[in-house]
Amino acid sequence: MSPRFKEIDFIGVFLWLFRAVIIVLVIYGTVAKLFLGVGNTYSASTWLDFFISGLSQGSLYALIALGYTMVYGVLFMINFAHGEFFMSGAVTSTVLVATYLSASGFLDSNPLLGLLLITAVSILTAIGISLLTERIAYRPLRRAPRLVPLITAIGASFFWQYFFRGLFGSALIPFPVPAVLQGRISIFGLEFLRTRVVVMATTVLALIFLSLFIQRTKTGKAIRAVAEDKDVAALMGINVDRTISITFAIGASMAGIAGVLWGLVFRQVHFYMGFVPGIKAFTAAVFGGIGSIPGAALGGLLLGVIEAVGPPLFLEGLGLTGAHQLKDVIAFTMLVLVLIFRPQGLIGEKLAEKKA
Amino acid sequence: MKRSTLLVLLSLLLALFLVACGGGGTTTEPAAQPTTGATAPEAPAAATCTDAIGCVEIAAGDPILLASSLVISGPNTELGLDSQYGVEIAIALRGEIMGHSITLQPEDDGCSAEGGQTSAQKIVSNPQIVAMIGTSCSGAGVPAAKIISDAGYAMVSPSNTSPSLTDPAQHQPGYLRTAHNDEVQGAAMAEFAYNELGIRKAAAIHDGDPYTEGLASVFSDAFKALGGEMVAFEAEAADATNVEPLLTSVATAGPEFIYLPVFIPLGSLIVNTASDIDSLSGVILAGADGIQSPSFLANTSGTSEEMYASGPDLSFSNAFYTDTFLPLYREKAGGDPTAPFHAHAFDATNMVLDAIEKVAQQGADGSLLIGRQALRDALFATSGLEGITGTITCNANGDCADPKISVSQVQSGEFARIWP
Amino acid sequence: MTQTANFGKAVRIGLIAGVVALSVSAIGMVQSFDVRDIITGVLTLGQLLLFGAALLAGYFSWQKGEGVAPLGVVLRGLTAGLLTAVPVIALIFLTIAWPGIRTSFVNVSPALIEILTFGQEPVTGSLILLAVMGVLGVLGAAFDMLPQRIQKPLLYGLLWTLCIGLLSEILLLILRPYAPRGLLSFLFGAKGITPVTAVLIFILATVGSAWWAAQGQGAMQQRRATMSPSTATQLRRLNIGLLIIFILMLPIIMGTYLTEVANIVGTFILMGLGLNIVVGFAGLLDLGYVAFFAIGAYVMGLLTTEGHLGIGGLSFWTALPFSVLAATTAGIILGIPVLRMRGDYLAIVTLGFGEIIRVLVVSDLLKPYIGGAQGILQIGRPQIGSFVFVQPQHFYYLILAGCLLAAFVSWRFRDARLGRQWMALREDEDVAEAMGIRLVSTKLMAFATGAAFSGLAGAIFAARLSSIFPHSFNLLISINVLSLIIVGGLGSLPGVVVGALVLVGLPELLREFAEYRMLLYGALLIVTMLLRPEGLWPSPIRRRELHEAEEMAHRHDDELEEASSLA
Repeated sequence: MSPRFKEIDFIGVFLWLFRAVIIVLVIYGTVAKLFLGVGNTYSASTWLDFFISGLSQGSLYALIALGYTMVYGVLFMINFAHGEFFMSGAVTSTVLVATYLSASGFLDSNPLLGLLLITAVSILTAIGISLLTERIAYRPLRRAPRLVPLITAIGASFFWQYFFRGLFGSALIPFPVPAVLQGRISIFGLEFLRTRVVVMATTVLALIFLSLFIQRTKTGKAIRAVAEDKDVAALMGINVDRTISITFAIGASMAGIAGVLWGLVFRQVHFYMGFVPGIKAFTAAVFGGIGSIPGAALGGLLLGVIEAVGPPLFLEGLGLTGAHQLKDVIAFTMLVLVLIFRPQGLIGEKLAEKKA
Repeated sequence: MKRSTLLVLLSLLLALFLVACGGGGTTTEPAAQPTTGATAPEAPAAATCTDAIGCVEIAAGDPILLASSLVISGPNTELGLDSQYGVEIAIALRGEIMGHSITLQPEDDGCSAEGGQTSAQKIVSNPQIVAMIGTSCSGAGVPAAKIISDAGYAMVSPSNTSPSLTDPAQHQPGYLRTAHNDEVQGAAMAEFAYNELGIRKAAAIHDGDPYTEGLASVFSDAFKALGGEMVAFEAEAADATNVEPLLTSVATAGPEFIYLPVFIPLGSLIVNTASDIDSLSGVILAGADGIQSPSFLANTSGTSEEMYASGPDLSFSNAFYTDTFLPLYREKAGGDPTAPFHAHAFDATNMVLDAIEKVAQQGADGSLLIGRQALRDALFATSGLEGITGTITCNANGDCADPKISVSQVQSGEFARIWP
Repeated sequence: MTQTANFGKAVRIGLIAGVVALSVSAIGMVQSFDVRDIITGVLTLGQLLLFGAALLAGYFSWQKGEGVAPLGVVLRGLTAGLLTAVPVIALIFLTIAWPGIRTSFVNVSPALIEILTFGQEPVTGSLILLAVMGVLGVLGAAFDMLPQRIQKPLLYGLLWTLCIGLLSEILLLILRPYAPRGLLSFLFGAKGITPVTAVLIFILATVGSAWWAAQGQGAMQQRRATMSPSTATQLRRLNIGLLIIFILMLPIIMGTYLTEVANIVGTFILMGLGLNIVVGFAGLLDLGYVAFFAIGAYVMGLLTTEGHLGIGGLSFWTALPFSVLAATTAGIILGIPVLRMRGDYLAIVTLGFGEIIRVLVVSDLLKPYIGGAQGILQIGRPQIGSFVFVQPQHFYYLILAGCLLAAFVSWRFRDARLGRQWMALREDEDVAEAMGIRLVSTKLMAFATGAAFSGLAGAIFAARLSSIFPHSFNLLISINVLSLIIVGGLGSLPGVVVGALVLVGLPELLREFAEYRMLLYGALLIVTMLLRPEGLWPSPIRRRELHEAEEMAHRHDDELEEASSLA
């Protein structure tokens, strides 16, 4: 048995080395940036800008990640098509509602009502697409090997992408931002972009609403029961299929909200917009601990902040060229680092061992 | 009984072998030859082929077949579809050549080397195809140029800008383009910034695409050569979303001018975000021809005001373009152009069609004979062709774009030419 | 009671078909494919999409084996057919009511409406459409009343005709060098086949399949049954021999372009074989497989290029081991940190690894060393003596050799001790460890072997294109390879080949679907998995397992239903 111990030792040493190198690099980069003045010197308010920008981006990731994590919670599958639910809501509501509301001047005169209308359409579209996908591509395969629904999810992702491209064209579609939300607002003496404030506030509200829903309502309890054990839940008189559909619908409605917020922040929507945020949100969900709702929120926020603050802080400090291009490298390295320390994600249960 | 089945099978196999070998011999030769060899005796009324690398023979009543290889799937779709509409409009406007209609076989270059290679292989496997319009991306153009040239065909790209493609050391004999070489455009913008605007500190941002990286590098080198200082040279992923940290970083470096030769999605994102960053308020932004299209203006209404863009001379302000071309484009696409290269594609197609008109020999029965070398020569001899991107004149390395780069400024939501 | 319920089905199916017809129209497929003839002058692909919906709606509009009267069948078919037309007609009138529709739905163009209304006025056109779809619905429904022995041949006849019409371009490519031009222009139109050919193929296929059902199949089976074991093995050997000769001769038969397609498929088979070891044998979900492909390609590029980035200036054959070695090392390096992760955590970390490699390759940081966005040009071609690999045909044999090597290694590993250890690992890691399997070396071995094949594929890829750019190494490649091994049948070696042919070869051949290629690809993934969750060519063990699981599940479901009805 002694060779085996040696083997584990070697692996252990390697992992410790890996962690140590990353941590030393991060600390060295930070120190070099903040105290040795490598590269540009940023003022405190610039650092705050980086941070706020990251938080707002992270809020969007968090909203999308909720869909991944909830579906994973009940079905143990990676719903690769979730990014397309997000896209479908954003694109449809922009083309069919926002553009017309803006052209008629309604959006500027009644921004709140207008945005609510846009959001409603976005949520409804995303829910419709998600239910359709669940019914056609996932439900018949509930007893199939785990990788099979992954493939149909990938298929659904391609399908919806190009379906919406066919419907609304491949051009970039401008998202109209109401006049009230343009520019900055001063809160506690600090300047924030209005859209970013809206994004963060909406995300917080949506999260509170969602956790209340999951904790307090009967449907929420049903979802938790199904997540725990489908068969027992069925025995308790819970309609499993319906509960799963509701889970999809809730995830999709969060994605629908994220779609409109995305439009507000980036002012443009596109048939391909779901792919990259989908991957990022999935990463965020794993980061936080997949299956856990607070985990998805935390993972999303952290990912956003790391992407925004990481390049100027560590990478510029290390004197690397083209630091911002490498933000994905930082994000994924951090992910690996976290998972080496805690294989179940930041606040995930030890799901992985049992069911994955 | 069993033995006889075996025998039959074996003889069948043998027959197959013989047929295949016989055929195989012809397929491995240059693609143009089988056509002449196989068809010349059948059509005595037609002219005979004397071309050095073979001819395309088009029977009476058959259409003239052109191919395109543009990116029509994936995230860069809008770039390629836009060009494809340009090609289709040019073909529709021409109607027919010497009684033959013109058909387009659209292929997908996937904006990648393997996509370019596959589509080019497909195109050269059809001896009826006269020439190709494409590719969209320089990465696809490199392998495509080799295959197309080796097979004796000719290609005209509307949007390859990489200098390596027309570099004398690497230029392929069948390759031409109506897009601007990065060397020309990047240097022109540097000169404009340094001499006209009096900029001394500049920054450049690209997205990791060969086109944008090439332009940014050329600009950077030229600007430094003029005596300016490059305070930042940054990159962002083409599908990036949150560009605020990047712009904040760049702003801290204190540039007076930011050059962003990227495509429309990232370009409008950067321009919109920049308007929200206070420290960038006095900084001049400039793009390249990648953003010169109505779609960009629609996406950045208000925020792109007073920014500059380099691009082909005369473009987008001539009467033919606004009165004839754009209505046709909107009819076809159902919206405004999503990229600028439809104009280059339109000119490229006209270049090819003109060359075909020049070299096609008509037989007594109405059939056409197009010499491939003659077609190439005619293409390279193109000179003074008035296109919508300017006056097209080809040099020996296949660069045909009007060398006069102009800079326009966005003024009340329109591109207005201000230099030279 | 049951009567109305059955009509309910007809209505439901009709409306679904109608929504499908509406969708294919609104996303522009009908219009784009209208220029693509299947049978010249008779049927275009666009029309097939529309009318096929009505025909299928009719076919599925009534429950088989319920003893519905002929009139009932006709009525149900009619209902389904008419309802298929309704959403499309709604679209036609919507364009009149809302002239600005095209600013939102870009593909709802006047040209589309003209196709939908057969070039007539909206009202007349709609009536014609209604009539045509109604008739097609009736035909579809009535088809199932035919006796089985007529139905099947007719179906085969139709399918053959459509397939050949659809693939006419490829057939033309193959036949062009051999057949006289006159014959070809008689058989094929500018696009699609001529009506005469269509009728010919239809008759041949129908008669052929009728004969096969009536005579041939029986005779064949009888001969099989009476065959002595020695002749059976002889026949098998002969078949294998024929297959080998066929594979060797493919590039000669197929010509340049199809060989190029075969090369792409081969590259994916090579990668698929590698990933099959990681995912199929060892059960480690890897979404960053493209990283090793990229490493293989870049090492080959750097070592053999004649450009300014070149180091060493080696020949292809000398550089090849370095490429494979680099990829293998990368596989082990990736393997170590993820050793303790399972399932989806592993998936996301490997995905991240793939992205890290892609970003690094394109970055300005490494541009001075590996070319950044501008890639590596002028990569050396393989050379044997004075013979240089240039044509796709040459690379075909190189790739074939690579695939055979990988298949051989996979096959030997699968049946060896290591393979059994992998499979034990796949089934249950804890039990496997308890049985004394060393997790670390077993897992690392899987990663390393998989990475080596991918590196080999990458090295050949670089030599074949002779220029590489970072954009070729994106996440989609990983997704594609994973899809093809699962669609083919996880853990099955022939499955990899079948999967690659279906998911890589077919889309390449159907390039004319251009803009809609990816949409159809997505639909294809869903449909194949729904119809055959175990894959197209599953490994025997896996098929058995799956069916066992299914049976268990059925039993389970029944119990559950009982339970819930009690509750």
